[in-house]
Amino acid sequence: MQVVLDLLVPGIIAGVSCYGMARGVDVYDALLQGAAKGLEILWRILPALVTLLTVVAMLRASGGLDLTAQALGPLLGFLGIPPETMGLMLMRPISGSAALGVGSELITTYGPDSLIGRTAAVMLGSTETTFYTIAVYFGAAGIKKTRYAVPAALCADLAGFFFGALTVRILFG
Amino acid sequence: MAMTVIWTGMTALSLVCALVLGNQAALAPAAMEGAAQAIQLGISMAGVLCLWMGVMEVMDRAGLAGKLAKLFRPVLRRLYPDFAGDKGVMDTIAANVSANLLGLGNAATPLGLEAARRMSRRTPGVASDSLCMLVVCNTASIQLIPTTVAAVRLAAGCETPFDILPAVWVTSLLSVAVGITAAKLLGKLWRD
Repeated sequence: MQVVLDLLVPGIIAGVSCYGMARGVDVYDALLQGAAKGLEILWRILPALVTLLTVVAMLRASGGLDLTAQALGPLLGFLGIPPETMGLMLMRPISGSAALGVGSELITTYGPDSLIGRTAAVMLGSTETTFYTIAVYFGAAGIKKTRYAVPAALCADLAGFFFGALTVRILFG
Repeated sequence: MAMTVIWTGMTALSLVCALVLGNQAALAPAAMEGAAQAIQLGISMAGVLCLWMGVMEVMDRAGLAGKLAKLFRPVLRRLYPDFAGDKGVMDTIAANVSANLLGLGNAATPLGLEAARRMSRRTPGVASDSLCMLVVCNTASIQLIPTTVAAVRLAAGCETPFDILPAVWVTSLLSVAVGITAAKLLGKLWRD
């Protein structure tokens, strides 16, 4: 298992390159272009990272974050979800960059290998910006009556949060 | 607008909490430090982000998404029974799913939107069961390699930023399964 995990990343990099070359793709040029796109993404998320990390740091220093975590502790604890991830869960369906900001703050504050840091990472990696996606899709298709799309999509988000916390506890707890 | 309310609410809340709890002296340094930390984080995650975006660009150009799409067709016919006979819609959704899996967000969204537009022609203005399913599947992330998160973890000093992959896969699968079940159930129960 460990060998597989160790080789996963280099395996993907080399494997994709070989496959691309075999298919006649200018692999190196694609890598460079992709990397340039990566910089564009970073450029786009940096402003949101600055604002969100600022305001979360303020909330943390004010003691407000601890208060909310304490208040919500029993309910979330019952579900096995670390109460510290509350802000992330609230932000996740609304704004992708804001959720990334709040999640990054959790990962750096508690450490990437802590239970909270890992839970935040898994939650971020396995959910989407639900409201934004719904708005874009229904906007493009000219839909006025959205029927049950929003509740069904939120079910998936809630399941992601719950199972994210659960799998992290089982695999790393 | 939503973010304006959230931002303003959070700043006001931190001010009130700090005053009530007597933490007001810590507020200004925390704000400055948070802002500075954001840029540090951004710089340390830049390398990984660029590398993976590069690998994904290679996948995209090599047509890996099309290969993957073939695998999904049988499943997709069952998810979208109303459009199982419509080859154009089915192919577009299959390409959308595989682009999502490979993390090619830029390619996935236009494909998904095209499928949504075609579906909406049958029921103008109203989200049909299939359209709801398409939206639910696109709001549930099914990315194989969560690049940005891995970059954040690496930036935070993690030596094995990809060790969360199995957890992410299991969680994504379960969350998509719950979303699909919810959509199918609500589709039966929903009365307009």
